[in-house]
Order: sequence, then C-alpha cells, then structure tokens
Amino acid sequence: MGLRSFFDRIEPNFTKGGKYEKFFPIYEMVESFIYTPKTVTSAAPHARSYVDMKRIMTYVVIATIPCILMAFYNNGYQANQAIATLGPEAATGWRIALLQMFGIALNPESIFANMAHGFLFFLPIYLTTLIIGGIWEVIFATVRGHEVNEGFLVTSMLYTLIMPATAPLWQVALGISFGVVIGKEVFGGTGKNFLNPALTGRAFLYFAYPANMSGDAVWTPVDGFSGATALAVSAADGYKELAAQGLTWMDAFLGFIQGSLGETSTLACMIGLAFLLITKIANWRLIVGCLAGTIGFSLLLNLIGSDTNPMFAMPWYWHIVLGGYAFGLAFMVTEPVSASHTNMGRYWYGALIGVMVVLIRVVNPAFPEGMMLAILFGNVFAPLIDYFVVQANIKRRARRHV
Amino acid sequence: MEGLISLAVKAIFVENLALSFFLGMCTFIAVSKKISTAIGLGISVMVVQAITVPTNNLLLTYLLKPGALAWAGFPDVDLTFLGLISYIGVIAAMVQILEMILDKYFPPLYNALGIFLPLITVNCAILGGSLFMVERDYNFAEAATYGLSSGFGWALAITAMAGVREKLKYSDIPDGLQGLGITFITAGLMAMAFMSFSGVKL
Repeated sequence: MGLRSFFDRIEPNFTKGGKYEKFFPIYEMVESFIYTPKTVTSAAPHARSYVDMKRIMTYVVIATIPCILMAFYNNGYQANQAIATLGPEAATGWRIALLQMFGIALNPESIFANMAHGFLFFLPIYLTTLIIGGIWEVIFATVRGHEVNEGFLVTSMLYTLIMPATAPLWQVALGISFGVVIGKEVFGGTGKNFLNPALTGRAFLYFAYPANMSGDAVWTPVDGFSGATALAVSAADGYKELAAQGLTWMDAFLGFIQGSLGETSTLACMIGLAFLLITKIANWRLIVGCLAGTIGFSLLLNLIGSDTNPMFAMPWYWHIVLGGYAFGLAFMVTEPVSASHTNMGRYWYGALIGVMVVLIRVVNPAFPEGMMLAILFGNVFAPLIDYFVVQANIKRRARRHV
Repeated sequence: MEGLISLAVKAIFVENLALSFFLGMCTFIAVSKKISTAIGLGISVMVVQAITVPTNNLLLTYLLKPGALAWAGFPDVDLTFLGLISYIGVIAAMVQILEMILDKYFPPLYNALGIFLPLITVNCAILGGSLFMVERDYNFAEAATYGLSSGFGWALAITAMAGVREKLKYSDIPDGLQGLGITFITAGLMAMAFMSFSGVKL
C-alpha cells in the first residue's frame, strides 16, 4: 500500500486550505486514474451501481483496443505495400531510419514489421493529442475547479483513430484544441456538451484544411503514393469498380483498405461494439435505429436508381463496411452524452444518422465519407427528438386520464 | 415538378437561411430559449415568408420590372428602383395582419413572441428571401416554393437551436460566456453540422 499511503500523505496539500489548493484537479486526476474515486453521492436519490463514469470511460477505451491494433497493422501494411510498389527510394523519413536501426524490414508480408511501422504513425499523433488536449483539460479544470476525468482519454483515443495517418502534427494539435475547448469545455466539461468533442475537432480540420484531411494522397503515409479510399472510388465509378481494383467485400470488412488510422476494419469495430453492448454502455436501440435507417434508405435509393450517379446503386452491405461507418456506429453514435436520452428518441436519432450518412455519401460529391458529418447533424437534432418524444408521451398519458 | 422539389430541398438544407447565410440572426438568437416559442415563431416566419415571396414576385413581374407596365400602356417604364421599399411594404402589411390573427386566435403565442413578432418585419431572413427571389429570377411557382421552403428551413434551424439551448440549461458555462456568448458558439457549431450539405448539387 505504499502508493496509497503516499497519496494519503500528500492529499492535505491539495484540499481546501492546503499549500497547492489550486492544483487539486491535477492531484485528483492522477489519484482517481489509479484508484477508484472515493466520492459518493450524499443527497437523494440514490441508485446503486458499480458503473461510475470512470468505469464507463475505461470500458470505451478498452473497446477501442481491437481498432488500435488494426490501426497499427493496417497502416504499416499500407505503407509497406506502397513502398514495395514504388521501390526502396520511396522509403524516406525518420520512421524508416528508426525501423532500420532496429533491423526491421519493410516487408508487407510480415505482421510484426507492419505493426511496428504502423505504430510509428500512430504514436506521434496520439501523443500530440494527449499532450495538447491534456494541457487544455488541466487549464480548464484548474481555473474552473472541476475535475479532469477519464472522458478525455476516450476523446483523445477516438480523435486519434479518425485522423489520417499523414495528418501534420500541428493540425492534430489545432483540431484537438478546438474539439476540447469549443466542443466541450466552454459548455462545462464532460457530459455537458451537445456535440461529440472528437468529431467536432475532426470536422473543424476537415473544413479548415481539406487538402490535408481528404483526397487521395493522405491515407497512405508514403510520399508520392496516392490511393483513393474505397468510397472515393465508388463515388467516381460505382462500387463494382472496387472489385475490378481487386478489393473484395471481405477486405473491406477486415479492414485492409485506405482510410483514417483506426476506422478501416469493420470487424475490429464490431468486436469493440459487442463489448460495449455486453457491458451495457452502448444502447442497442441506437444501433438498431442506425442500421435500419441505412438499410432502408439505401434500399430505397437502389430502387430509385440513377444514370448519372453511381452511388445510388451501392448496396447497404457495402455502405456499412466502407469509410468510417462501423467506427462511427460503434463509438460515436452510441456516445450517451450527445445522443438522444429517451428510448423512443434513440431509435429516431439512430435512424436520422443512418439516413443522413447514406444521403451525404450519395448526393454530396464534396464529402464521400459521410459518417462523421451525419453524426454531428444527428447531435444537433438529438435534443429536439427528445423534446418531441416527451411531448408525445405527455399527450398520450393525458388522453388516457381524461 | 422535379425542379421544384430540388429547389425546396436546396432552400431547406443546402442554403439554409439561418445556418448558411446567417440571416435573421437577431430573432434566431433572441427567441430560441424555449422550443414551444421557437416553433411558434418558426411557423410565423414560414407563413410570412410563404406569402410575401410570391406576392413580391407578382409585384415584380407586373409592376416593377422594365416593361412590366406594358399592360397599362407604359412599356418603357422601369420601376425596379422602387423594389426595396415595395417589398418591405408588403412584408410590413403581412406581419401586421399576422399579428392581428395571432392576437385574436392564439393569445399565448402572441404574448410569448412579444416584441419579436412586429420585428419579423425587419427580419433580414424575410427581406433576404424576397431579394434572393429577385436576384435568381424565380417565376411564380418557384417563388412560392422557395418562400415556403426557405421559411421552413429557418423554422427548422431555430427549433433545433432551441432544443440545444434547452439541453444547455444543464451545462456549466463559464461566467463570461453565459447568455449570448455561448449562443453564438452554439450557432456556429450548428452551422458546422449543416455544412455537411454544402456542395450538394441538385
């Protein structure tokens, strides 16, 4: 119990009247990161549950592990593959030097080499996110006297996983600053925001620096290699063209495609989602609503058809494996803060996102990836959906008891 | 028909008066505290817009345009310089009528809207709608569609805004940002979400 008694010994310095009273949030952050928070609710109503905020957030981080591993593997694989195609002179930069120092070959066949190479892309982005976002969190927590909680670990992880591997680090820093400050902290911190902070930051970058955040050249981190994402290919030539390029549905499902760091693998996202559903952190109604919206709307568009726009013909089982769909479904649609809070509203909220993502992908040539924007759009309407559900409920009950 | 539908979708989402042109901001921000009031105001704006845009279109076609007075025997007269003042006149009259109707039949809404009801007269979204109609050369059917759907888009935006603001009652906003500050930030973030439509070609 050495560590516990250490914390107990230094705690008086940070509580009210202590020497470092101002830095209590930092003490609290470190302490509650390591130990279960001691705080209990003192006023009624009391609901007994072991699922506190710390546990929820930690579970979400655990649920992203398959995606993180896949992010290592796939990015390394794409990079090594590109180098193999372009020849060894394309292999430049500190990552390559570092890999060579440890004697790791740039072999796309080797799982370990791919993981190592991908890790070197993941790490700088994640560290930047963690440090810059963490600084903002601590500043706000210290000035405003609230706690730094594990919510930020989730935000930073999700944010990292939806960045393209080539994102310049200053943009990563700018995006997470915007997401944390404007998306969350100005509303009072975790649980008080109305947009998903990770998505807010990502969308900000998307509109501010489209050249670095979309297009064909940003997904594979090798200079001079340009690989369109599967969605961009489908938007240009129809989804049948994917097969012609040697990309099967299974590839897309397993995640060996171009895309942001951690969003390519539907399988990895599904594992994470299953974990969240079993631990009841994600609400299944959101998933049902979203899938129903996507399937229904894409079937409708299949029926309508179009001669000029090949995206109309894209079947729903392609929609859900491409782009950020699975990742958004697993980790962002289910985010409890920005989603609808009523059970009926959750179906509608999910369905709104499901329809919007197909709509944006199909009719908006500017944004072939649609999930992120669809979720932001859903976030904006979530409180309104709740309002109408509550009103309908009031009306129904009033009718029952005339 | 298809043209009208795509015009309507465009006016509601892609060229949303509130969130992509930022028109009618004063009422948008002042009357979005409660969802029920926001819906009332949204409907009022929609009604005023749906009446004034086609009316102004008739005015333009038969009185103001160069050569529009040919039916009265003045083919050379160009009255477009009277455009602004006539549009505003029509809008003011419509708002006055709407005010009387609301006062008589929906007094709670009339009281809730308060000063902002007569202020619809000078709401830039309304005049903006009429001016867009002139600038884009809509015919009568298009003007009617555009009026109704742009009004609906504005109503949708203010209702969503009111929803978000009702939710934000439970948040803990820094002192300096409370009230208008956070409302502007919220409107900006909402506009970012609406940017998902920018670039849609219909």
